[in-house]
Amino acid sequence: MRFFIPVVIFLSVSIFLWKGLALNPQALPSTFVGQKAPAFQMNNQTEAIFKGKVTLLNVWATWCASCQNEHMFWLNLPQTADLQLISLNYHDDKEEAKAWLVKHGDPYVATLFDTEGQICLDYGISGVPTTFVIDKKGMVQHRHMGIVDKTVWDNTLLPLIKKLQ
Amino acid sequence: MLPEIGLFCLILGFLMAVLQSVLPVLGLRYRQVAWIDSARPLALGQSFFSILAVLILVLSFLENDFSVQYAARHSNAALPLLYKLSAWWGGHEGSLLLWIFILNIWTVSVVLCSKHLPMAFLARVLVILGVISAGFYGFLLVTSNPFLRFLPLYPLDGQDLNPLLQDFGLIVHPPLLYIGYVGFAVPFAFALSALTLSDPAIPWAKWMRPWVLVSFAFLTLGIVLGSWWAYYELGWGGWWFWDPVENASFIPWLLGIALIHLLMTTDKRQSLQALTLLLALLVFIFSLIGAFLVRSGILTSVHAFASDPSRGIFLLKGLLVVVSAGLLVYGLFAKKLNVASIVEPWSRELLILISVLFLMVGAFSIFLGTLFPLIYELFTQQKISVGFPYFNAVFVPLMLPVLVLMPVGPLVKWGRNAFKEILKKMGALGIVSLFLAALLPWFLEKIFLWPVILGLSVGFWILLVTLKTGYQKVRAKGSLFALSKGAVGMLLAHAGIGVLVIGVTVVSYFEIERDVVMGVGQSISLKQEKIVFKALKKIEGPNYIGYQGHFTLSHSQHQTKDLYPEKRIFIMPGTRLTETAIDPGFWQDTYIALGEPLKNNQWTVRLYHKPFVRWIWLGALMVAMGALIAAIGRRHRA
Repeated sequence: MRFFIPVVIFLSVSIFLWKGLALNPQALPSTFVGQKAPAFQMNNQTEAIFKGKVTLLNVWATWCASCQNEHMFWLNLPQTADLQLISLNYHDDKEEAKAWLVKHGDPYVATLFDTEGQICLDYGISGVPTTFVIDKKGMVQHRHMGIVDKTVWDNTLLPLIKKLQ
Repeated sequence: MLPEIGLFCLILGFLMAVLQSVLPVLGLRYRQVAWIDSARPLALGQSFFSILAVLILVLSFLENDFSVQYAARHSNAALPLLYKLSAWWGGHEGSLLLWIFILNIWTVSVVLCSKHLPMAFLARVLVILGVISAGFYGFLLVTSNPFLRFLPLYPLDGQDLNPLLQDFGLIVHPPLLYIGYVGFAVPFAFALSALTLSDPAIPWAKWMRPWVLVSFAFLTLGIVLGSWWAYYELGWGGWWFWDPVENASFIPWLLGIALIHLLMTTDKRQSLQALTLLLALLVFIFSLIGAFLVRSGILTSVHAFASDPSRGIFLLKGLLVVVSAGLLVYGLFAKKLNVASIVEPWSRELLILISVLFLMVGAFSIFLGTLFPLIYELFTQQKISVGFPYFNAVFVPLMLPVLVLMPVGPLVKWGRNAFKEILKKMGALGIVSLFLAALLPWFLEKIFLWPVILGLSVGFWILLVTLKTGYQKVRAKGSLFALSKGAVGMLLAHAGIGVLVIGVTVVSYFEIERDVVMGVGQSISLKQEKIVFKALKKIEGPNYIGYQGHFTLSHSQHQTKDLYPEKRIFIMPGTRLTETAIDPGFWQDTYIALGEPLKNNQWTVRLYHKPFVRWIWLGALMVAMGALIAAIGRRHRA
């Protein structure tokens, strides 16, 4: 009988592997969700800008190819009175980033230029693009890592935004 | 047209592999010699078609045929030729094809080098290899056809090969690793053959050993290259990260060592057969699990670029079938081969058995640590990561007895020995190693640290005792060249482990790491060296742009060296990559990596002083060479 022990052990391990496939190892829940958006002061703007409207805070950079793909999506997004799209520029030269927005189109209500990287540290940005959903009281409700496209918008972001509005 | 022929080759290969795994079985059942004998031509045939498919895929890369989706995703017209030749295994589909290709190279080698094997044994081996081949062909054809087209509209230029992979180390790292992983399919097949034949007169351990040695050597080379690549390419200066995928290659490596030594015991003493067969199965099983962990994306790792969860289920099913079938056969047949094993006190086989058990526990502890985040999340829905603290605390102590016993084994006879004799033979060397280990760091660095003394004394102990063994063997034979290849291989491999242990100890406790902000013209001192940031210029490569720093290193006024670390930004995927600059040396490396640009032409710069770091790879290379030399030894010819 003892020679069957290996196969029994293997089968029990494979149950874990089977179940584990359903998990997403990349998903890292943000610790900010449910918290107040971290304070900042940049280009005469502070975190008070989030108050009163539901905000999408989109973190991007000119050198990030995925951000350029995503940019098309933001440009075509219809603006509504109750939703503001604010961007946070990550690790870029300010003038270069401004020029980039002039050239490619600027869908944002406001853009924060985080040349020092301090705001991005506070917001726990590990890569761009990243998008936060912040509610009317300035609380972070959701973090999306990676490109926002129609699927993400329809399945995740839009329902959440509707709920918050 | 060609890509369609490639797909056709894969289908033909698949069909022949299916025949290869069915026909000989029927032949054995119904005593049809011709059916049994068909195993060889079928094996050669399906190998031929897989090689043809590989050539066709390579051709579509060389000719920039971006109507082939796979080529369009992993190559572009600007990619240098060398990378085009190797880009075909840079993605999922290609690396699966590489897996089949290598499995078939092994199959062909088995067919060619097996004139001395009885057909009943060889046919079983080829059937099992055929089943594994067929499984991978099936996987490739159903989920990951590399010859899919973009038709009628296809891109004019491809995307790019992952920039991290555009490097010589990475060109050869996956194939070497795969040769090792996949090579363990041969002992797996041999073990199942031996089990189902259940004929105690068959010297399967002798037959199996060279295959294990060669696979092990390639696995070692693959791991070394991976470690070396991570060291200079990732820019963190580390040489081992306990990353899930590293662990996945390290587990078969440890079990491979155990198997090599157990095979000797089985061959010489006819003992421990059941354990040896189990290990022969486990080595390949853990290679398969490793492949599953990399390919399914079930765990996060530096290899995450290779993963795709949707294919995971398919791979897991294949894994379940092959592994449970193998282990079931083991369960059914092992008792027939389980001759009562007598292991006498202080015999060489006892030392081997103890070491093997520690190696197995070590391997399983790594497996547990690797899978633990997954298990934890399943039960608690929370994320944790298991890293250095766990592995260093659990694995390192488990290896200590193995390392201490390792050099002793060859000096001890098979069969009963008196403990006093052993002590007399090498007790003095133990004391010498301890003294050296305590005194050297004190004299050189004024440091007295227990872990350093422990690590160094184990390293010295292995080197000294192995040296003594070598000396005794040479004296008995009369000349260095009269030594058997097995003995030379063993001595080289054991000494290599000694070198590796010393390297690991020194670099872990004496390395210096500085993260600094430097502007052009500034200088800084690291250890005895003065490092000056001379200049910074923009550079442009075939498929990237970036910055190159110019640093000079000087030990004294007279001797200076120039180093050019780079920051590259690849145009297609828009990723940034750090190209480190290293001043390599036998005793130490100085390592510079450009971090991020700050204001006013200043950069964050990472500087490392890495003493003895090359000893780690040197030692591992000695182990690989030793295994290869032992593999061509005469002992294995039946």
